[in-house]
Amino acid sequence: MQPEIVFQARGLTKVYQTGDVEVRALDGVDLQLYKGEFVVLLGPSGSGKSTLLNILGGLDWATSGTCRFKDHDLTVDDERALTLYRRDHVGFVFQFYNLIPSLTARENVSLCTEIARDPMPPEEALRLVGLGERMNHFPAQLSGGEQQRVAIARAIAKRPEVLLCDEPTGALDSKTGVWVLEALASVNAELGTTTVVITHNAAIREIAHRVIYIADGRIAHIVENERRLAPSEISW
Amino acid sequence: MSTLDRKLLRDLRHLWAQALAILLVIAAGFATLILGVGAYRSLEQTRAAYYERNAFADVFARLERAPKSLGSRILEIPGVVAADLRIMRQVIIDIEGMSEPASGLAVSLPDFSPAHLNQLTLRAGRTPEPGQSSEVVINDSFARAQHLGPGSRFSAIFNGRKHELEVVGVALSPEFIYVLGPGDLMPDDRRFGVLWMSETALEGLFDLEGAFNSVALKLLAGASESAAIAQLDRIIARYGGVGAYGRKDQISYAFLDSELQQLSAMSRIIPPIFLAVSAFLVNMTLSRLIALEREQIGLLKAIGYSRLAVAAHYLKLILVIAILGSLVGAIAGTWLGRGLTALYGEFYHFPFLIFHRDPDIYLLATAVSVGAAVLGGLKTVFAALRLPPAVAMQPPQPPRYAKLWGEGIGLAQVLSQLTIMSLRSMVRAPLRAVTTLIGVASAVSLLVMAMFAIDSVEFMIDVSFFRTSRQHASVILAEEQGPGVLQSVQNLPAVMRSEPYRSVAVRLRNGHRERRTTIVGQPPGQDLSRIVDSEFKVVAPPSEGLLVNARLAEVLKLRRGDIVDVELLEGKRGTKSVVVSDIIESYLGLAAYMDLDALNRLIGEGPRISGMHIAYDRRDEPALYRALKSTPAFASVQLQRISLSKFRDTIRENINFMTTTYVVLSVIIAFGVVYNSARIQLSERARELASLRVLGFTRSEVSRVLLTELAIVILLAQPLGWAMGYAFSWGVIQGFSSDLFTVPFLIETSTYARATLVALLASAASAFVVRLRVDRLDLVSVLKTRD
Repeated sequence: MQPEIVFQARGLTKVYQTGDVEVRALDGVDLQLYKGEFVVLLGPSGSGKSTLLNILGGLDWATSGTCRFKDHDLTVDDERALTLYRRDHVGFVFQFYNLIPSLTARENVSLCTEIARDPMPPEEALRLVGLGERMNHFPAQLSGGEQQRVAIARAIAKRPEVLLCDEPTGALDSKTGVWVLEALASVNAELGTTTVVITHNAAIREIAHRVIYIADGRIAHIVENERRLAPSEISW
Repeated sequence: MSTLDRKLLRDLRHLWAQALAILLVIAAGFATLILGVGAYRSLEQTRAAYYERNAFADVFARLERAPKSLGSRILEIPGVVAADLRIMRQVIIDIEGMSEPASGLAVSLPDFSPAHLNQLTLRAGRTPEPGQSSEVVINDSFARAQHLGPGSRFSAIFNGRKHELEVVGVALSPEFIYVLGPGDLMPDDRRFGVLWMSETALEGLFDLEGAFNSVALKLLAGASESAAIAQLDRIIARYGGVGAYGRKDQISYAFLDSELQQLSAMSRIIPPIFLAVSAFLVNMTLSRLIALEREQIGLLKAIGYSRLAVAAHYLKLILVIAILGSLVGAIAGTWLGRGLTALYGEFYHFPFLIFHRDPDIYLLATAVSVGAAVLGGLKTVFAALRLPPAVAMQPPQPPRYAKLWGEGIGLAQVLSQLTIMSLRSMVRAPLRAVTTLIGVASAVSLLVMAMFAIDSVEFMIDVSFFRTSRQHASVILAEEQGPGVLQSVQNLPAVMRSEPYRSVAVRLRNGHRERRTTIVGQPPGQDLSRIVDSEFKVVAPPSEGLLVNARLAEVLKLRRGDIVDVELLEGKRGTKSVVVSDIIESYLGLAAYMDLDALNRLIGEGPRISGMHIAYDRRDEPALYRALKSTPAFASVQLQRISLSKFRDTIRENINFMTTTYVVLSVIIAFGVVYNSARIQLSERARELASLRVLGFTRSEVSRVLLTELAIVILLAQPLGWAMGYAFSWGVIQGFSSDLFTVPFLIETSTYARATLVALLASAASAFVVRLRVDRLDLVSVLKTRD
């Protein structure tokens, strides 16, 4: 049986105008992502990975082309509809965690669960990422890896259909990075969440179902992994 | 409590110092409006109520002697509802142990019915028994100044006869809120008192049985005052009437009115400026403070919070600060306003006080303070909300720096890289520098505006007492005399120089405009009493024509060369036309001068003088006083030294109470603004500065980048602040002048310097805090954070 398509992009283009400079961040991307798959977007800095992820997540608008989430056209949505889309369907993990410094780990998670339709308790989400013991700590009292796991807990607590992660291990050392990837892989396996991870770290591609290579705003090629490695089996 | 609300509380706790500074700025602006307007309205209402309750008369007139039967004719004047016929006459007061001559005004109290008008409020004791010529009620300020009370005794000279008096009561009167001795410019409570005595007793003492020499009228509301004055003048003319006048020419009323007018000028102009400035500063500060939240706003949006929810969150933060600030302002303003009103009530000798608290000023202040805060904060929130979350979560684009003008010509070699960094940041992010600059300048301007009034008053004193009226004393004759009397004054002990003058009560008229004043005639070549023109050059009265001061010229719309009608209110009466030969500078009253001979010719009764200005040797002062006291021809003596100190006390105190409060509030605003500007500047550039630390720059080098920028902005703000302060002050001074005083506009350099000093102190304190913060910059986090 053909797996259910979650994202379908056609001719997706994004042009940034910064002062006098025009930057073509995406240049006609065609792409399909399927339910429950773990995808790694790989490419050098400035290749357009983050732009693609931002448009998939409803954080930004495309200049032209279409992008559908299931039967929902993201490219025609207004601000309000995108906000609801993010609230109900998408979980984000950012490279620099983007935690609210004045809230504890648990509270950072509640920030999301309070506005979600069917969330899990924040404590459960934190236990899923192995942080059950440290939920009353403030971001400043947590290590980088721990902060990133809080960010993952925050993203998954609302049981999103897609989890979009922009360089989740970018600021972490190898060992800590592996823990974070384990958390992502287990969420993907246990909750069936479609997971997209951006990285320019080639080692990570081994844990994905599919690896999409991006260069100069286009999809260079796509590789399906015959055999996936567990996060614990990789290092960098 | 929702997690967002918890974030709000934590943010507030984290930002407490800045939030407190903003709160205080709001509170100061708010409080200024409440206390300024509140105190003024309270005093205004108290005055109105006092005049109403104690039946303060509307029209006053003095005459030589008229039979009481004239009263029925006076009551027939249309619009008159009550008339009090009284005896009022100057007496010389002799108090044991007091060397300077003192005088008083004896006023009759009806014996068998209470007075209809100008009723006394007894502070102590009782009114005199009918016919008891030794019992006297004295005015409260005289009682205090002389430490007199019921049971005290002193003597006074009535009609040349010394008479022992016993104080039986102490009272306040709406007619004598301010009491001026003859020729005095300012009240001197020690040397002039009001003596209320039994009518029959005074009739006996002054040989005025069955007669009166003063009348006070109460008019129906809406009745024509000028018509009543004209009719009364016609009735009393043949009894030696000296021109009836309304409240505005009644000295106590005019005095109080001029003082209240100064307060009004200060409360109509200064508080709105304070409030506007504080609103502007809060607006600016909050908008910059919230700009720092841009990434968090982006995050909240990214995880699915709606615009409305994010805006509401920050709105709450702003409202907490703005509402608390307003609350503190309202409480402090009410409390200070009450204190200030009580202080003024005491100063004006009001028997009671009405505290006035209109909801309108509270509503206005709240609307302005909260509105400005909300607009300032939400402006930035919405700007951040308009950005796609992906963009908002990244730091703003770095400003596009470029080389500075001057760097090409070798400036770069002279200045260090760090200084260049400060300069470029200022020039390339001008909005930040400009908002700080305007904020600091506003604070400086408030300080200038709060402090300048004293400068103007001091300048007025300098011109009045040291450049024009330079005599040590003025001797006022009981009756006008021929010039021969000059010699007897010259022969008094200690007198070194004496100069005669004549003053004549007149009504000056130009078209429908008229004013009651006196024309002073003096011979040319006077050294003590001098007349100066608008450039402060001494001028002699011309052999023909009238010199008028700028205020009189303004109220009568007179220019040099105009013809003015002079209605003589003394002697042979009649109206003459006189040409205005020049406009002169004199800040006291409605001054009009003529050459003595010209004035004598105008009146046509031969040469007469009403008094002498004298200079004397201070060492022989007691002998002079003794001689003056023992000469009945000299009705009283006005001592310039005492007038000067009273002048300072009265006007300065009147202004001081309020300006002191304003100064304190503007200091708070100055500190609030500078502190917040420095702190926000630090937050805006924290990352950059921490990077410098990581690169190996020392703490003091890194703080220098920020502090150099701050110092340049603060220094540049000073001239702008002075200019704004000058403009605001000019607005205030416009409302200061009355017919009694014209306040010249002058701001001393020292006032600008003091304002700047306060701003610099605030800056130094803020710089210190910023320095401490730079020391605590988190170097590790900056390495982990994106750039």
